[in-house]
Amino acid sequence: MSDKRPDLKDVNERMRGLMARTTHGRDDFEDLVIVPLFAVVVALVFGALIMLATAVDLPTIGRSFVALAVGSVGSLSAWSETLTASIPLVLAGLGLGLGFRAGLFNIGAEGQLLMGGLAAVVAGFTLSGLPWIIHLPVTLLIGALVGALYAAIAGFLKATTGAHEVISTIMLNLISYRLLDWLLRQPFIQREGRSDPISKDVPPSAELPRILDFIDVNLRLHAGIFVMLAAVALVYWMLFRSKIGFAFRASGENPSAANYAGMNAAFVIVLAMGTAGALAGLAGATQVTGVLGRASPGFSAGIGFDAIAVALLGRSHPIGILFAGILFGALEAGGRQMQVDAGVSIDLIGIIQALIIIFIAAPLLVRAIFPWGFRKRGKKAGEA
Amino acid sequence: MDVELRGLTKRFGSVVANDNVNLHIRAGEVLGLLGENGAGKSTMMNMLSGLYTPDEGEILIDGKPVKFDGPGDGIEAGIGMVHQHFMLVPVFTVAENVVLGVEPTGRLGSLDIKKARAQVEEINEKYRLHVPPDELIEELPVGIQQRVEILKVLFRSADVLILDEPTAVLTPQEVHEFFGIVETLKKAGKAIVFITHKLHEVLEISDRISVLRQGRITGEGDPKTLTEADLAEMMVGRPVSFTTAKNVAEPGRTMLEMDAVTMLDETDEMVLDHVSLTVRSGEVVGVAGVQGNGQTELVEAITGLERIASGHITFDGEDISYARVRERHRMGMAHIPEDRHKSGMVDSFTVAENMVLNSYYAPEYSKGWAIDWPKVHETAARYCVEFDVRTPSVFLPGGSLSGGNQQKMVVARELERETKLVIASQPTRGVDVGSIEYIHERLIASRDEGDGVLIVSSELDEIMGLSDRIYVMYDGKIVAEFDNTDGKADRNAVGLAMAGSYEGEAA
Repeated sequence: MSDKRPDLKDVNERMRGLMARTTHGRDDFEDLVIVPLFAVVVALVFGALIMLATAVDLPTIGRSFVALAVGSVGSLSAWSETLTASIPLVLAGLGLGLGFRAGLFNIGAEGQLLMGGLAAVVAGFTLSGLPWIIHLPVTLLIGALVGALYAAIAGFLKATTGAHEVISTIMLNLISYRLLDWLLRQPFIQREGRSDPISKDVPPSAELPRILDFIDVNLRLHAGIFVMLAAVALVYWMLFRSKIGFAFRASGENPSAANYAGMNAAFVIVLAMGTAGALAGLAGATQVTGVLGRASPGFSAGIGFDAIAVALLGRSHPIGILFAGILFGALEAGGRQMQVDAGVSIDLIGIIQALIIIFIAAPLLVRAIFPWGFRKRGKKAGEA
Repeated sequence: MDVELRGLTKRFGSVVANDNVNLHIRAGEVLGLLGENGAGKSTMMNMLSGLYTPDEGEILIDGKPVKFDGPGDGIEAGIGMVHQHFMLVPVFTVAENVVLGVEPTGRLGSLDIKKARAQVEEINEKYRLHVPPDELIEELPVGIQQRVEILKVLFRSADVLILDEPTAVLTPQEVHEFFGIVETLKKAGKAIVFITHKLHEVLEISDRISVLRQGRITGEGDPKTLTEADLAEMMVGRPVSFTTAKNVAEPGRTMLEMDAVTMLDETDEMVLDHVSLTVRSGEVVGVAGVQGNGQTELVEAITGLERIASGHITFDGEDISYARVRERHRMGMAHIPEDRHKSGMVDSFTVAENMVLNSYYAPEYSKGWAIDWPKVHETAARYCVEFDVRTPSVFLPGGSLSGGNQQKMVVARELERETKLVIASQPTRGVDVGSIEYIHERLIASRDEGDGVLIVSSELDEIMGLSDRIYVMYDGKIVAEFDNTDGKADRNAVGLAMAGSYEGEAA
């Protein structure tokens, strides 16, 4: 065979050529940036049309959009609200995106978030007396751990019996609502002197400190934003740099190739579900320690479901999820302003969010509406 | 009926799939159409069946131009396709399958199965197809199922039959019978297009041959004057050698030993029936057999993808009967899987990622919990150069490579490591002639470096050409063993064993 091998100099030259980084193709750029961007624009336009159809007059529609902009990015206070709302969305979204990459369609972030949040509250008031430097991290970690364990139930069921995670996580969500209601009435957790289901308060040493209160005490943005940024970096590293992330992605893209490559499917499923649950649990923990201060029935407020949309909009990529989470946070903060200023129902925000997802899920529709935004695509040669 | 393609061109974006193709299909004649994967055969056939509309050029039937606008237009005009993958309902009878979609109906639109049966019987007689009209499809062997497909297009009164890789699923004996049917159809005045990549078959059966390469007709000729080497050169664009040069094997110690291994499928059906075989270092052992006789399961048992029910598997002296896939891989077992798309690679992963698909965890590619990516990229680039995997960059998705290059990527990954045993399952399926030659050379090179090599293939030529020893599998059992030193095994006897009717001494 040796005569067939090219000489060393030639080999080195060819290897250098092969290892030159290719720039991302225009197709990637279109899919990752242009489609989501246009989807948002189209959704806002449709939102306006829906307002028109429900007999909202044009000036009010104008006022709504102004309020939406002002309330989300128009002032320091608006930015503070936007980012505060985005923290749990990004955290839970990262978990879901990681699951999607591993081929797991986890619908259970809501339940994992509730369980993790409640665990953080309990850890918060039972461990009071510790210095905050220990108390706060331990509280957050316990929230993440309980979220992970709750999600791992679905992972374990799938790995051992093949139970589909969509079904089992939906059921676990339902269980979590009632479990939360029941736990909140237990004397150990329920606040003294209250008959309604509400927990004791998280003591200050376990609270995520507000970081802008030196400017204005009403700015709610808290240190959870650093947790969020760290999680973005960690998930990025895990998915694209680490060995386990390689196995996650291979299992998600082609389970039978992962099997061929000797990856342990059951291990990957349980670990990916657990990691997703840890991030959702952390989302709940930051919410109770940074914003709410206690747990009450349904304190998750649908964040776990909105996070599914965030993960989809962000194309299951940590950076994409960060931006998608901030966008959804902005819609939420702006939506509240819209309700106050223009009297338009906040449900409209829900409709706009839903429309964004529909357009993301149907990229061809976006391409059809904005043909000039995209290069013409031919079929690949391989399909011929 | 005569069909003429005149200057047909079809583009997909910037890719020209068919470029000014001229082809004449005549009644009472077999036209052999050769071409590698991606040469444009499918595109051309899809234009004939009406699925694609040509960008330029025209299709003439008996001299008159026709225009096809949708699938179904082709068969209406009398052009019938027999696909490589059968489109039959397994739980329907032959007659029901044949009439499906064009059922003869009685009053009130009820299905007239008697009439259907009679019509099927008539065609059956006329072309001597010998298909039992009342049998369920699932109970018929593959060769008969294929005749049902032919019956289907004849029932729809096709005068031109396009047969897409019809012999891929047949035993040598079935191929022989199949050629008999083609002769009958030809005598009855049908025009036949026989698409294949098997050179000796096209020489045997065709009246004329056309070769397609990169969307163009690159050669036409008379099978009486052409040789296999001529055809291969037309297909690939350079001279190709067929026989892999190799020395006589020098078998050493036993690398793989299977002792009465059985495996059950999910319905407790025995899919491996007390299989015993050995592979020694420095020899190539071939496993011949018609697809679906337990070869897939044999490979799964050896590589650890499926659990065996009983028996023992020993690899270089160690019992690996129940060892994990990764354990076997670590011990030096290479596995070229039978279907690279299904399990051998991840299409969306980069070439570099695919190159370490099953060794990414190994210390040489690790930095703690992370993968040492620069090292991976360097290794991948080296493998690409060593194995002539043609890609502009190791950062491109593996799925963007051509079939031959994808397979070379998989082969490079498996053979470039330190290995002791190579399990190669259908190592050249769907690969162009040029790459086949190369992959065969590398497998022989592995043997000469002292590896045990086990090749499982449904291409008898491949088995005969590479193996030093041949086992034949039939119905989950090893039914025969042949010594093939210097290619001395009797091809006919191997073929008979593949059909389950070999009377010689069984292994």
